[in-house]
Amino acid sequence: MTFLESFLGALTLNAGYNTAVVSIGAALLGAASGAVGAFVLLRKRSLVSDAMSHATLPGVVIGFLAGVWLLGDGRSLPLLLAGAALTAGIGMISVDWIKANTRLTEDTAIGTVLSTFFALGMVLLTVLQSLATAGQAGLSGFLLGSTSGMLSSEAMTIAIAAGVVALIVLALFKEFALLCFDEDFAGSTGLGVRRLDIALLTLLLAVVVIGLKTVGLVLVIALTIIPPVAARFWTERVSRFVPISAAIGAAGSYAGACLSASAPDLPTGALIVLILFALFVISMLVSPVRGLLSALLRHRRFQKIVHLRQGLLAVAHDEPILEPITRKLLIRRGYVSGDMRPTEAGWSAARRIDRDQALWNLWREEYPDEAHALADWSLKPIDEVLSPDMVADLETRLAPHDAARAAGGAA
Amino acid sequence: MAKKTGGSFLKEAGRGPALDAKSPFAVSGLTVAYDRKPVLWNAGFAAPEGELTAIVGPNGAGKSTFLKASLGLIPKLSGEVAVFGRPIDEARGDIAYVPQRSSVDWDFPATALDVVTMGLYRRIGWLRWPGRRDKERAREMLALVGMEAFADRQIGQLSGGQQQRVFLARALAQDAKVYLMDEPFAGVDAATERAIVDVLKKLLAEGKTVLVVHHDLETVPVYFSHVLFLNGGTVASGPVTETFTAENLQKTYGGRLAATQLAALHEAAGMKT
Repeated sequence: MTFLESFLGALTLNAGYNTAVVSIGAALLGAASGAVGAFVLLRKRSLVSDAMSHATLPGVVIGFLAGVWLLGDGRSLPLLLAGAALTAGIGMISVDWIKANTRLTEDTAIGTVLSTFFALGMVLLTVLQSLATAGQAGLSGFLLGSTSGMLSSEAMTIAIAAGVVALIVLALFKEFALLCFDEDFAGSTGLGVRRLDIALLTLLLAVVVIGLKTVGLVLVIALTIIPPVAARFWTERVSRFVPISAAIGAAGSYAGACLSASAPDLPTGALIVLILFALFVISMLVSPVRGLLSALLRHRRFQKIVHLRQGLLAVAHDEPILEPITRKLLIRRGYVSGDMRPTEAGWSAARRIDRDQALWNLWREEYPDEAHALADWSLKPIDEVLSPDMVADLETRLAPHDAARAAGGAA
Repeated sequence: MAKKTGGSFLKEAGRGPALDAKSPFAVSGLTVAYDRKPVLWNAGFAAPEGELTAIVGPNGAGKSTFLKASLGLIPKLSGEVAVFGRPIDEARGDIAYVPQRSSVDWDFPATALDVVTMGLYRRIGWLRWPGRRDKERAREMLALVGMEAFADRQIGQLSGGQQQRVFLARALAQDAKVYLMDEPFAGVDAATERAIVDVLKKLLAEGKTVLVVHHDLETVPVYFSHVLFLNGGTVASGPVTETFTAENLQKTYGGRLAATQLAALHEAAGMKT
């Protein structure tokens, strides 16, 4: 079986029961962390997950030791995750406490907590390894993540936990949105801002902990940051932003897990992060909403419209046309001949644009506020933008102007 | 500001207005300090029902702090707040708050309509989504501030005045009894100023009680019936006709208000001295 065949088999859930369960678990994990990460990004606290993930390491080692002591085997996933949650929780409270009670900012608190807890974890890990207990090799999987050899029961645990997290996000959706947009207003309506913040951070803690086994503690932050950052390119509505972020997280994690199933030597977490990054680059480039290419195209189209319009206005007023772009555009459209003499079509287009511009100018004089807010004014034909009665009204008001201009010309 | 002789005085001074069960919004003995630096000392005020009150004072006088601490958005050292005689936490539905425009990130993924709908969240309640009727109501509120055409515009693409109107529409959607507004007139265009004044008139006509942090002294007698002078505490408060005096302005602003400005205000208001 070639690599591609096995990858496609995994993608279509045809690579055996275990691989299918692991991949679905990864997808749910990606969806949950994408959704939680979306709100954390809007709350501008994305880096907190970095402190949390590094603070899991001492807990993982403690969980392992507890497993050896209680069950005779350290590789009990529930115990490892419980330990991770314990120390990550302490890390989270430390960050919060430092921020609330000192003059330090959150990023310095994060840096301090992150490095201290990770250092403690490394010391504990080394001590553990010197004890030469069986099964400790599995712990390195928590550093970089590995789905190879993951039991379907473990994958099921991850899937269920991720599903619960996603449901809670759904239940608190509008409260989280309000908290992230306007915490003062939220507080004034009696919403417990502090409790909601703790809820959000606890959900973040949950996805970090359940993501450890799959993505690893070094890279789990990517799972909560890259999907929302990519999703932000696609929408201007929070009601779509969060689901899109969840979808990107799910797609990246699923594809990464499938890839890892076909190439078990490669680290799962790193594969997932690379795929997420690819999705991010695609979003940044091609999204029609906030993507770079569409912005570029919009700008080019805008520039063309402006030049064509100004060229035709110059034709209408018999002014010279100097700009090369304008000349090229007018010639290409057949509005002027090669020696810049207007054609019949050019004259009629110029008269139409002149009339249109006069109406727009009048409208702007009458309704300056609306002109300020209306993006398309004077770039599109006025009857495509304003209502017919408004245009008719402007036409009648323009008549005296015309009469005055004609009178002025005669005199 | 009254001289303080100790905790007992604080309490005593605080008792009067808090017992004013009739006032829609009564604050007493409000003391707030940021990191040991006092911002407000023993500030108190009982808003008269159905009136427009301007809160004025120099920069750093604690005007925004007065509103925020009253609402419980920042911690206070002492003080009581009563809404129609009830503790504020039992009367959140009666209050609508318009924060300063600069307090939020306008790049947030939301449309004008989304933001106005947030004013209905409390009434919609937990575990429920805004329905079609909520959206319609939000649209009506946008129309009241002349913004119906911008309902689907991302909020970051609105002008400052339009953003202020969206905030106002959100507060209107709350259908509260007491409106607290923090500098709604700051940095807005003339059309928005008119729109805000229209909203204030409408609220007044409906018998609502409105407190507005305001920075333009000249328009105080034009727009408002009552005034609260703040500078680190309550300096004076009462009807504009009696309280908006040169003496109180001098007490609040000290040397910061030039004699020429006072004279101009005199003329604008036909002020009593």
